[in-house]
Amino acid sequence: MTALATPEFEAANEKQKRRRGLLLALPSYLYLIVFFAFPLLIVVLYSFATRNRFGGTDLSGWNLDSYARLGEPIVRTILFRSLGLAILTTLICLLLAYPFAYFLATRGSTIRNVMLVFVMIPFWSNFLVRNYAWRVLLGNDGPFSQLTEFLGFGETRVLFTPTAVVIGLVYGFLPFMILPLYAAIERIDGRVLEASRDLYANGWQTFRHVLWPLSRSGVIAGSILVFVPSLGAYVTPEILGGAKTTLLGSYIVSQFLEARNWPAGAAVSFVLMTVMLGATLVYFRSGGRNL
Amino acid sequence: MSVAKPRGATNTALGLNAFVVYLFFYAPILLLVLFSFSDDNIVGRWGGFTLDWYRDFGENDEVQSALSVSVRVAIISTLISVVLGTMAALALERFRFRGERVFDALLYLPVIIPDVTMAVMMLIFFTSLDDLIGLQVTKGFSTITLSHVAFSISFVSIVVRARLAGMNQTLEEAAQDLYATRWQAFRHVTFPQIMPGIAGGALLALTLSLDDVVITQFVAGPGSTTLPVYVFGLIRRGVTPLINAVSVVMLGASITLVLLSLLAQRARGGSDPVA
Repeated sequence: MTALATPEFEAANEKQKRRRGLLLALPSYLYLIVFFAFPLLIVVLYSFATRNRFGGTDLSGWNLDSYARLGEPIVRTILFRSLGLAILTTLICLLLAYPFAYFLATRGSTIRNVMLVFVMIPFWSNFLVRNYAWRVLLGNDGPFSQLTEFLGFGETRVLFTPTAVVIGLVYGFLPFMILPLYAAIERIDGRVLEASRDLYANGWQTFRHVLWPLSRSGVIAGSILVFVPSLGAYVTPEILGGAKTTLLGSYIVSQFLEARNWPAGAAVSFVLMTVMLGATLVYFRSGGRNL
Repeated sequence: MSVAKPRGATNTALGLNAFVVYLFFYAPILLLVLFSFSDDNIVGRWGGFTLDWYRDFGENDEVQSALSVSVRVAIISTLISVVLGTMAALALERFRFRGERVFDALLYLPVIIPDVTMAVMMLIFFTSLDDLIGLQVTKGFSTITLSHVAFSISFVSIVVRARLAGMNQTLEEAAQDLYATRWQAFRHVTFPQIMPGIAGGALLALTLSLDDVVITQFVAGPGSTTLPVYVFGLIRRGVTPLINAVSVVMLGASITLVLLSLLAQRARGGSDPVA
């Protein structure tokens, strides 16, 4: 190829290369336009439409009513509850995952790989089944309650409370926190930590002023990867939460399948998506790459 | 190993935390497996060993039909998204073309977008096709498959792109210098090298398709639904030993897929399982 490189040949070759590239991309390009970009556009349109008396949607008389509903007390409560539970989930994940990732990063390569595989297995296992396992575990008179009773704490009724939802969310998304934290800590030059100790910093000071700042990219990446799906969670609160713990995901679904107020559901899902896109931009800026 | 091993009490505390994390990960799964063999109508109570619930699983027509829909959707959507996703990865990694950046962004969106939003999109889309172009769409097998392809293409292309990016291009150039046609160079040089990436992407697509509840729930029709959506409906009505057995079967399938994908990654050069 390089041996024949005259300017004309290169130009023709370049043009052909562009055409081939487009041809290769075209099938998935078209597929995503028809089955993704277009549906996305329709959702945005629906969020400005009006629900008619029959539970259908009128695509005329555009308005912002559905967005105004976000300020209504019921929706606002659900919004803040979802935010609160997502933040709590993220914090608990961070507390459990940070020491775990540090432990992992300081092991020899064989132990480390084995430990990582055992983090990956629940990560890839069926999400619904993992939530169901907690439903069995936390059920009234279930194994968890029997355990607390046996230990003398009496019966516990955790199922259908916000606590159960947070447990389920932490269980579901903990690997998302562990993996980027591990990647960040593993990259740190150990000599920096030793230098800090040599300069008479105690363990806490070394953590606070050296380890933590150096692992910040992992903390940001992990927090976003946990926070974002927690905020939009639907399966976990449906299985482990009660009627009083409706979250955004369930609210959206109910607007579509029960209340038949599609514009309202479309508006909330559009807002949810915007939050996620914003978070993703922060994620990429923080240097995270692996999704 | 770059960070030195902590000493004494810190190390013990860290080890204890790791133990708690693993207990947290595995205790629920193991208990679920255990109780799926329990001869008691109350879920979560041990009543002696039995295989009855697995027999129920095999004999329940609704479960079997949902299982067959799941498997068919997973296989077909994986095949389509592997072909499309690999082509997209090749286009983005090896070529420059008009609209490349828009395409790149569009390809990332399905990964980022929340399940619920995507579910809503597909529901409104298939419903409004009737209003827009007069096409009556019956929700069921085809709408589920189309939706699964819509999110799987992106995941496959990300995995294959990672493989292509880490690959040495000189071999492909050498093949062409030796008068191999583009197709021959692809078939005999590029393809064998990106095969582990394609396999990894395919397993990811299979897992995602077999796992999905939210999107499928919105585009499934009466009488044609996937196993997770069917089980999700059952769980909402209450727990039964039958669900335990179905869950363990689903768990077994996903763990088999993970182990396969780890093996595929091993073939990729024994790198960290993280990427």
